[in-house]
Amino acid sequence: MLHDATLVAAKDLRIERRSHVTSRQVAPFALLVLVLFAFALDPDRGVLDRAAPGLFWLAVVFSAVLAVQRSVAVEATDRAGDALRLAGLDPAGIFLGKAAAVAAQLFVLEALLAFGIAVLYGTTLRAPLVLVAAAVLATIGLAAAGTAYAAVAGGLGARDTLLPLLLLPVVAPVLLGATRAWEASLQGVPGEALPWLELLAAFAVLYVALGIAGYGVLQEES
Amino acid sequence: MKPTRVLGALALITLTGTIALGLGLPATEEQQTYARFVAIHPPLAWTAYLAFGVTAAASALYLWPRTRRARWDAVAEASAELGILFTGLTLVTGSLWGRPTWGVWWTWDARLTTTALMLVIYLGYLAQRSAVDAGPARAKRSAVVALLAVVVVPVNHMAVEWWRTLHQGRSLVSLNPGGQLDGDFVAAMFLGLVAMTLTYAWLVVLRTQLAEATGRTEATALDDALAARRREAVTT
Repeated sequence: MLHDATLVAAKDLRIERRSHVTSRQVAPFALLVLVLFAFALDPDRGVLDRAAPGLFWLAVVFSAVLAVQRSVAVEATDRAGDALRLAGLDPAGIFLGKAAAVAAQLFVLEALLAFGIAVLYGTTLRAPLVLVAAAVLATIGLAAAGTAYAAVAGGLGARDTLLPLLLLPVVAPVLLGATRAWEASLQGVPGEALPWLELLAAFAVLYVALGIAGYGVLQEES
Repeated sequence: MKPTRVLGALALITLTGTIALGLGLPATEEQQTYARFVAIHPPLAWTAYLAFGVTAAASALYLWPRTRRARWDAVAEASAELGILFTGLTLVTGSLWGRPTWGVWWTWDARLTTTALMLVIYLGYLAQRSAVDAGPARAKRSAVVALLAVVVVPVNHMAVEWWRTLHQGRSLVSLNPGGQLDGDFVAAMFLGLVAMTLTYAWLVVLRTQLAEATGRTEATALDDALAARRREAVTT
């Protein structure tokens, strides 16, 4: 399973390295969202700095939808997904590989966005260990849930509009947990982030397990 | 008399009884006449949860190879549709009660937020059903989505509950009327509970029958049309 996962993740990342969709489309989109938040909220009243954790994670969640859509589109082109199944790869391995590739892209985006909020919103990034721990757990949860629901929407004609509707209410706990954990860290009370880190870890474990168990069935029916 | 009609008649009788009993409830000191919402709001919420529970159970029965019948898929869909209806009514009646009692149409209470998220999750379930034609593939995929939703709702509830308790504390008293309202209110609420459950059961049976009839018509539609054209050709 892990061997198959490594193969699939390497394949998806290789496609990304050659096509530059995340670096040239998703990353600029994420930064644009940060700028648009500044237009929507008054940048002079300190609102942006106070709301920075929420805005950061909202930008990550929106970008995650795009990254997951891209991950499905890669398999939909020329029915590459069918070839992947015919190759005899373990469905759980395919799930883990695709989720890992999405997670890797999200990590890069998050680093970029963290730099973005530090520069654009004047946010001081305190307690970096807690910030990174929250980001790792939240990203695993986002990538796992995203990949699982992408399999649901995968074979459908309306998948681009359906995926956000299916995915966004599901990842609400990630948005909540990651935002509160970052808020606690940025306010200099990282101890308060602990219950949220537990929530993020539980969510990540749950969706990785559900994805491993259910991906095969969903793939058959797409 | 057909069992469905008996169910329908019982649903209408108990609904009428609930309305009569609910409107006859006295005004309370705290909530004035709005306390009468107790006859319909908690029963609507209960029925919404029941409906989504039935969707999950019917989906599990469909996924289990030994109990796999197209009917379970139809029941899951019918129950999800009614769950959305009852959740929508729960939110509307809650808002109508909340405005005069709490002073706001909406508040970020854990229970309200979870209910709203639940509504969106099941709208997504129906949306993915409507995106493809009926058949075993759709039924299987929908069953997995319905079971995933059952996992999502408690996780969302836990997250939102923590959000409200850890962040700024529960600001609102529970809707549970046990402590403040007397026997008449409790009786009206229980009659409402029976009435809503019967109404739900009646509608779920009718909706399932309709879905099955539609399925049969679709399955034979082409053959029927061909036969009709042939008959025309023979007679002319």
